[in-house]
Amino acid sequence: MALLEIKNVTKNFGGLTALNDVSFQVEKGEIRGLIGPNGAGKSTLFKNIAGFYKPTRGRILHQGRDISHKKPSHIAELGVVRTFQETTLFQEMTVFENVLVGCHLSARSNVFSALLGLDHGRQKEAEDRTRQVLEFMGLMERQDQLALNLPLGSQRALALAVALAARPTLLLMDEPFAGMNAEETGHMMSLTRRVRDSGVTIVLVEHDMRAVMGLCGYLTVLNFGSLLAQGTPDEVRQNPQVIEAYLGSS
Amino acid sequence: MLLEIQDIQVHYNKVAALKGISLKVEEGDMITLIGSNGAGKSTTLRTISGLVHPSVGQIRFKGQRIDRLSPDKVLKLGIAHVPEGRRIFPGLTAIENLRLGAFIRKDKQAVERDLERVLDHFPRLRERAHQLASTMSGGEQQMLSIGRALMSKPKLLLLDEPSLGLAPVIVKHIKEIIGEVNREHGVAVVLVEQNAELALDLSRYGYVLETGSIAIEGEAKGLMGNEHVRRAYLGL
Amino acid sequence: MPFRKIISIGVIYAALLALPFALKLHQQDFMIILVINVLIVVSYRLMTLTGEFSLIHVVLMGAGAYTSSLLAKTIGLSFWLSMPLGGVVAALLALLLSFPLFRMKGFYFLIGSFAVGEAIRLSWSYFDFFGGPKGVKLIPSPHLYIPGLGMQDIWQPIPYYYLVLTIVSLGLLVLYRLEHSRIGLTMNAIHWRDALAESVGVDTWRYRTMAFVIASFFAGIGGALLAHYIGTINPVMFDVTTMVYVLIWVIVGGTNTFYGPIIGVVLLSILNEMFREAEQLRPLVYGILLLAVMRFLPNGLDSLPGKIRDYRRRKLDSDSVDAAGNAPSQAASGSGQPSTNTIGPN
Repeated sequence: MALLEIKNVTKNFGGLTALNDVSFQVEKGEIRGLIGPNGAGKSTLFKNIAGFYKPTRGRILHQGRDISHKKPSHIAELGVVRTFQETTLFQEMTVFENVLVGCHLSARSNVFSALLGLDHGRQKEAEDRTRQVLEFMGLMERQDQLALNLPLGSQRALALAVALAARPTLLLMDEPFAGMNAEETGHMMSLTRRVRDSGVTIVLVEHDMRAVMGLCGYLTVLNFGSLLAQGTPDEVRQNPQVIEAYLGSS
Repeated sequence: MLLEIQDIQVHYNKVAALKGISLKVEEGDMITLIGSNGAGKSTTLRTISGLVHPSVGQIRFKGQRIDRLSPDKVLKLGIAHVPEGRRIFPGLTAIENLRLGAFIRKDKQAVERDLERVLDHFPRLRERAHQLASTMSGGEQQMLSIGRALMSKPKLLLLDEPSLGLAPVIVKHIKEIIGEVNREHGVAVVLVEQNAELALDLSRYGYVLETGSIAIEGEAKGLMGNEHVRRAYLGL
Repeated sequence: MPFRKIISIGVIYAALLALPFALKLHQQDFMIILVINVLIVVSYRLMTLTGEFSLIHVVLMGAGAYTSSLLAKTIGLSFWLSMPLGGVVAALLALLLSFPLFRMKGFYFLIGSFAVGEAIRLSWSYFDFFGGPKGVKLIPSPHLYIPGLGMQDIWQPIPYYYLVLTIVSLGLLVLYRLEHSRIGLTMNAIHWRDALAESVGVDTWRYRTMAFVIASFFAGIGGALLAHYIGTINPVMFDVTTMVYVLIWVIVGGTNTFYGPIIGVVLLSILNEMFREAEQLRPLVYGILLLAVMRFLPNGLDSLPGKIRDYRRRKLDSDSVDAAGNAPSQAASGSGQPSTNTIGPN
């Protein structure tokens, strides 16, 4: 059974069809690249998977379970976590607090236990988990800095750390390499691989072809809301339709 | 000399963002600033266009000091800034966006001529003339923001990361457009880019910014061969 | 809690306990209402932690006042039961209203809360059950058994002041603990980026509702305390003018810290009291002060200490630079460094 199955998903906004009968599968342990021109429906698909939108038609299965009509917080609870385009963080909180919020699911408490301090054990667990994630992402020395004061590379690493804290089985990454220079891209690539190696399946939306071709074993190409092509990076690179719609001839 | 920056320093809350930068742009020239995030590239553009003022140093445009002028005055003198992230008026049509670019101009007839010229230049915008800008694709929005800047009839165009978040095929197209604007309109360009390959390929001269200072500068072709530039910015 | 904080809170409480004996009767009145208003603004701030400003807080305060008054007056329920029930009814009302209201955000939520609040308030005027436009009068005062003195009727300002001070202090303690717990952190997270919070599993609806319900509970308690002291309530007391005052107190004080709204309500109430003789001047003074704060301290008075610290540091910085005659020191060198060694091991 595939980890993620997109089955005939269509999404209409009024008269506009943003996704048109899209189907594909992602296997456990993959880093899957999802590419296509601006406005091809990649972000819309992400929002559908993560529950921010509901598909008009079709189904989305995660580990065989239909998640297409659940709300975002519930989908996150089931292990599907997304990151956001540009840098989306709790800007005025510290690095540590950002990741601590990410641990929300494993450390929820009710008003009374929070007031009486009965949730102490759980909170300690969450803090341990936070330190573990910060260590893993190499953000330990920055834990007391405010998120907004971090350089871009660390902000992106923190966004990834917040997502990881929620213990995802499937991570949806939306343009994590945008605006990075070659050196920063290299570091982010190695971080992404580490996350995959820790047992997280990744779907990556990205325009930086160096990152996509370097990370992904298999690519899915969308164009005008429909599936245009699928294949290994080499196959996709040589596909004339993909060259015309997306890559451009060099 | 069109633009001359002499040893400017910029501080945000007393933290130095630029620590003494000097650069020159000739009439009809194309130069690029490359460097890491936070190195001060966008700050340099913002300082030229009057959004921030340097605490030390001078900026001269056609011989005149502009480092204390407000952004609208700088625009009137002929410097147009296209900020990062495709800032368009989403609720207005493409044409309306373009006309707003000529907001400061009084020569109405010439504005109409220039509008035609910009639309000739961007056939895609002519096709989308009466479409809301918010419904246009990323590449089209980028064209629109460049087109809008051209409507103010600038002598100097400041472009901040025009390729950001665009599909490879669109990036190639935008690259061609920047080249044409420079050659055919005779507009000088200061290009800030994360895509160093594209930037150095287009430009005559390049500056590499690192933590608020110019680390390396030189002819763009020469920089492409520079070992440090190749490793850090071209990823070779 | 740091030692200095404990000391300063101790000093403030010592002063609050001694104060009534140094005051005239009308000043004692003033103190009681001020302490109640402290609970109103601090509970309102809990609501703003999730990023939403409402216009219904004062109406829910009224709900607490009406509930407690009517229960005490019509069925003779003891104040010690009717007062908490006032809070509970306000909280339940908030829970009920959260279903329609939290479909909206920001401006729409603000206006929605205003509309619903007005509807509730007008029902008090309309139905005779609530006493109509004249409201409820002759609300009984609380009774308390004091060892050695027997059952006492607490209606005089000084004992009522201590009663209010005790209950409000308990309320503040709960609200403070809540904000500094994990729940407070989550509410703050929703305020900054609700979509990001949702993406890691935070049920934002649940937390918004929680903040609204708890804030309303304490507003209801505040309302009940007010009603049993003044002895009479009517719909006009809880209208939008009063709400605007609450907003001004909170905004002038600042919502970034727990004590911000307290500073706001205390300072502005004292100012208001000082202009008691010149009634017409009051709005003008309020207006000017509000403008001044908006202009110079847009984040409220509670941002003043930080600004002073910044200013001092900057002054120190530039002095040392002038002395050394070189470029300004890089205060934030951490953020200026390239991110190379910090992203992670290769």
